[in-house]
Amino acid sequence: MNTTALSLRKVSEDLVNDRGTPRADRTLRRRCSPLASTAEQLRVLAAVPLEKQSARVEFETLAGELRPTELEIFQVNVGKLCNMTCRHCHVDAGPDRTDAVMSDEIIDQVIAAIGRTRAHTVDITGGAPELHPRFRDLVEAAVTASKHVMDRCNLTVLLLPRNKGLIDWFAERKVEIVASLPHHRRPNTDAQRGQGVFDRSIEAMRLLNAAGYGRGDPGRRLTLVSNPAGAFLGASQATAEREWRQSLEREHGITFDRLFVLNNMPISRFLDWLQQSGNLHAYMHKLVQAFNPAAVAGLMCRNTLSVGWDGRLYDCDFNQMLDLQIAMPEGAHISSFNEESWHARSIVTARHCFGCTAGAGSSCGGQTA
Amino acid sequence: MPGYYNTQHLTDFGKIADVTPELGKKFFDYYASVFADGALTAREKSLIALAVAHAVQCPYCIDAYTQDCQQKGADFEQMTEALHVAVAIRGGASLVHGMQMREQVQKLGM
Repeated sequence: MNTTALSLRKVSEDLVNDRGTPRADRTLRRRCSPLASTAEQLRVLAAVPLEKQSARVEFETLAGELRPTELEIFQVNVGKLCNMTCRHCHVDAGPDRTDAVMSDEIIDQVIAAIGRTRAHTVDITGGAPELHPRFRDLVEAAVTASKHVMDRCNLTVLLLPRNKGLIDWFAERKVEIVASLPHHRRPNTDAQRGQGVFDRSIEAMRLLNAAGYGRGDPGRRLTLVSNPAGAFLGASQATAEREWRQSLEREHGITFDRLFVLNNMPISRFLDWLQQSGNLHAYMHKLVQAFNPAAVAGLMCRNTLSVGWDGRLYDCDFNQMLDLQIAMPEGAHISSFNEESWHARSIVTARHCFGCTAGAGSSCGGQTA
Repeated sequence: MPGYYNTQHLTDFGKIADVTPELGKKFFDYYASVFADGALTAREKSLIALAVAHAVQCPYCIDAYTQDCQQKGADFEQMTEALHVAVAIRGGASLVHGMQMREQVQKLGM
């Protein structure tokens, strides 16, 4: 058994014994939901009648063929293990997901690829990536390769005893914290992420502020990521950022550097919620009606490589969660990654892509139009 | 006629401009400008619209601005507080007319 597998046992024991982190839901996998299968998710999406101005539409009808620009973001999803189980999770992450965690072998292949890539940013996500036993090795390797490192953080994970000292460790390495917080007030945040998550998120942000994060220092950047707590689109990012600043500062004395506003993708647990709540058709209709051609140019799939926990490659984290692999001639695995054929490929799209082109657009870097 | 209110009316609202396109365009352009970010944020304007929608008891506007408020980042508590502003003004408007009643009572009574 390798390092990761051994330590993983301890991590999952800690999560089982963690009574502090609230949980809103259970994973689709644990519930044995039909939607735990990506084929079933694609089938459900394909069955929704989609039309615009009385004509049937698909994503490709409106957006055309998507081609890459330059490779800027090297995004690594280290696995689906998470201390939380939010209702809208597009990963179906949770404390029980030890089945989908990056192995030592793949971590080493990823580290080697980071040393070769021209991408300027390494974006680490999950699950809660900080729970991966070799998370710090990965960050260290990216820092050594002079990459800007982004940690996609759920905030509450920073309060776990096993992560004591992690914030200072990040600060020393200028790691950007990209933290999920659905809303600047308690009700919507707790509705999506679990009762009590808002208060724990505030506590974590206080620690980040105390370590110099969120105070305008480019080496200690705190980016917040909001997504709607329901079947509607995200607010205007610029306006929301002003309102969030006022509210978080006034109510909690908390500051941050920037806000990304994302839409929820109709996949995985959000798809399940849409179905259960009877909102699926109306939400898909809303996404299609709100299709914004101006949002297409800035889509993340055009400048991002997405690496899955098993080393397979994708155009984005959402395609990854639907098992829609990248279209490259060498095959789609990090061990054989070739940046030239990344440039030459076409991006794989399907109906869920309407989530990224609705309204002001939505990508890992926030709104795109 | 199937009845007085129909949810499809809201979806088809734009068709109201078919007969008088010039007036329709002026109205919808003006409408869009009113709700843009200004000295008040779009969210604040949406909350005002939600309150007014309840005051004028327009089911179309209530549906539209319930969704719009959520999309603009308002939560249930903020929306319910906005509703109570409308309720307070409607109630207050009735109650303040009581002053006229008082005047009459005082004038006519012994």
